[in-house]
Amino acid sequence: MDFNALGACFTTPACVVTQATSGLIVGMLLFLVAAGLTLIFGVLKIVNFAHGTFYMLGGYVAYSAYAETDSYALAVLAGAVAMALFGVLFERVLMSRVYGSNVLMQLLVCYAVVLIFDDIVKIVWGPEFRAMGMPAAFQVPPLFIAGGVVPPFYAVLIGIAALIAIVLSLGLSRTRLGKTVRAAAVNPQMVSALGVNTTVLFAIVFAIGGGLAGLAGALAGPVRSLSPGMGFSILIEGFIVTVIGGMGSIAGAMVAALVIGLVRGFGTIGFPGFTDGLIYIVMIGILVLRPQGLFGRPL
Amino acid sequence: MSGPVTRRALLAGGTATLVAAPWVARAQANTLRIGMQSILSGPIALLGTSSRNSLLIEQDRINAAGGFLGRQIEFVFRDSKGQPQEAARVARELVNTAGCELLVDAEASSASFAVQEVMRDLNVACIHTNSETSSLTADPKIRVPTAFRVARQGVHDAVAGSLYLADFANAKKINKWATCSPDYAYGRDTTAQYLQFFKKFKPDVEVVTEAWPKLGQPDFTEVITKLIQAKPQALFTLLYAGDLSAFVNQGNVYALFGQMTVATPNVDYPVLAAIKNLPAGIQSATRYLETFPDTPANKEWGQAYFKRWNERPTNWSWQNSVAMHFYEAAIKKANSLDGKAIAAALTGLKINSPFGADGTITMRDDHTTIGYAIGWGQTIPKDPFITDIKPADWGKIIELETEWKKQQNYS
Repeated sequence: MDFNALGACFTTPACVVTQATSGLIVGMLLFLVAAGLTLIFGVLKIVNFAHGTFYMLGGYVAYSAYAETDSYALAVLAGAVAMALFGVLFERVLMSRVYGSNVLMQLLVCYAVVLIFDDIVKIVWGPEFRAMGMPAAFQVPPLFIAGGVVPPFYAVLIGIAALIAIVLSLGLSRTRLGKTVRAAAVNPQMVSALGVNTTVLFAIVFAIGGGLAGLAGALAGPVRSLSPGMGFSILIEGFIVTVIGGMGSIAGAMVAALVIGLVRGFGTIGFPGFTDGLIYIVMIGILVLRPQGLFGRPL
Repeated sequence: MSGPVTRRALLAGGTATLVAAPWVARAQANTLRIGMQSILSGPIALLGTSSRNSLLIEQDRINAAGGFLGRQIEFVFRDSKGQPQEAARVARELVNTAGCELLVDAEASSASFAVQEVMRDLNVACIHTNSETSSLTADPKIRVPTAFRVARQGVHDAVAGSLYLADFANAKKINKWATCSPDYAYGRDTTAQYLQFFKKFKPDVEVVTEAWPKLGQPDFTEVITKLIQAKPQALFTLLYAGDLSAFVNQGNVYALFGQMTVATPNVDYPVLAAIKNLPAGIQSATRYLETFPDTPANKEWGQAYFKRWNERPTNWSWQNSVAMHFYEAAIKKANSLDGKAIAAALTGLKINSPFGADGTITMRDDHTTIGYAIGWGQTIPKDPFITDIKPADWGKIIELETEWKKQQNYS
């Protein structure tokens, strides 16, 4: 523990800006992953253990699309859309058959998908890591705000993730589809009885969830190495965010992701070598005080 | 010509098969199986794959020359994912189930120590080809009679690198350093060794911060920002493969390489190729370079590898190749595949090698190799990627290694 360094950081604008930005980028990417997880759980009461696979495949699809088109925007779009479609396929072919099954059965199905697609990635893209490379538009010097370093690429990523969060939030609260989704989360039988096609609704939920994870993988492509199995570590952090935020709460996922991101950003200064442990301590602390998570319904 | 299969033809074919079957079975049984385990998936897989590629070239060469003791060789490859418990299980399985009579342990240090312990029970020879953590062979308590290392050793690199970096730092007036290395045995031990020697050669060195990311960590943002906050003049890193690529790509976003000098001993060809915007001026060791040693034999080996695999070799590639050269020479000398006999033949063995500083590499009595080419230079973003290479002084390396071993109570 280095409280002196942490104290010095909090009193230095340059350090606060740099570490907060780094925390925000980690948090925003986590939010995109966790938002899909929590949405699927909120509506279907399914814990999608294969969610990290969507993130991984989104990254790989974007990598290939970027290699073909040299357009980062198209690559990101390809990653997100491909995973939205994959989400529908995954829900229709597999998950729809285990609704109502016990969690162990759902876990087995998801884990099988994880292993199968890790191997498919090895066959298609090879077992070695892949690097997309930074698009030319972002090969620019970082911005300096109050002496702190803010990479333009990360600023754009934070902006995109924030925009997605706003669209998702408004979509769920203001649109007919969003209201139906929220109603289905509370009482799917009643929604079905009122004539809503829940089969389509559930597929849409998986499409949104998968698309968000794919988007996160695609957005991170230029700076993260792609490798088979890369979805696992992000899945664990995604679960932490989902649990802290409250299972099923999009707003909770956003707040929790920011908390985790900022804990990482500043934890590395004050608790070097213990950042991961710190995240779990924060999680335990929050769950002791609020077992249902920050925005979850009482258990 | 094709036509209906008659009963007579079927009977004749069946009889021929029955007669030939024992010969076929015997020929298959006579094949010498060699187990190889490594990290063949994940961010480090490019190194595991480059080990396998190198061994497949050696398999063809050795078989074309008549095999080992007249038996054709065949590799059995396994992916341990670099996990110690899996590596230990795989090592046993390769010998006890797959029938391998020799082992090539191409694991990183994360798993090689687990394999080393398994070797105590298995009466087969094993060569560790990629683990660089010095204690694997330097510590007599860890050493195993039938297990050897054909790879760089951390302490050798530490002496060579520290001497070079001390000269570099003195010339550039750099004394505030940061370190960033993977958080496992290799990263911790080798960083400590580098710092020990570095401070010996440049006593005014100050380490202002240390970062220990996990092996295979996807995001280095927090590490990079921490390094920026500490404001070192230079950074020493032992990150490698996909981790190094991700670190450089993420570091570029923060213009990290404009804010501090970077030194690393772990730049390999595929990493250089994967990093889309390789910063110039990284102080780097030569892991494997076609131009170092600058000999026809080294160039020929590198180009043959490229021709076969359409990618360039890594440090792990040449190490695995040399391991097979050592097996070849030792088996010929021992005229046996027995683990103890091979071990006796390997101890003190000196072979000609394209990768030797003077054209030879020696397997020392402490089961580790010396005399391989080590050099340091600086990166440029295009071929040959590292220039102004200064070769290390092996006399100095051995002198200081001996001193270090005494300090560790290893000798």
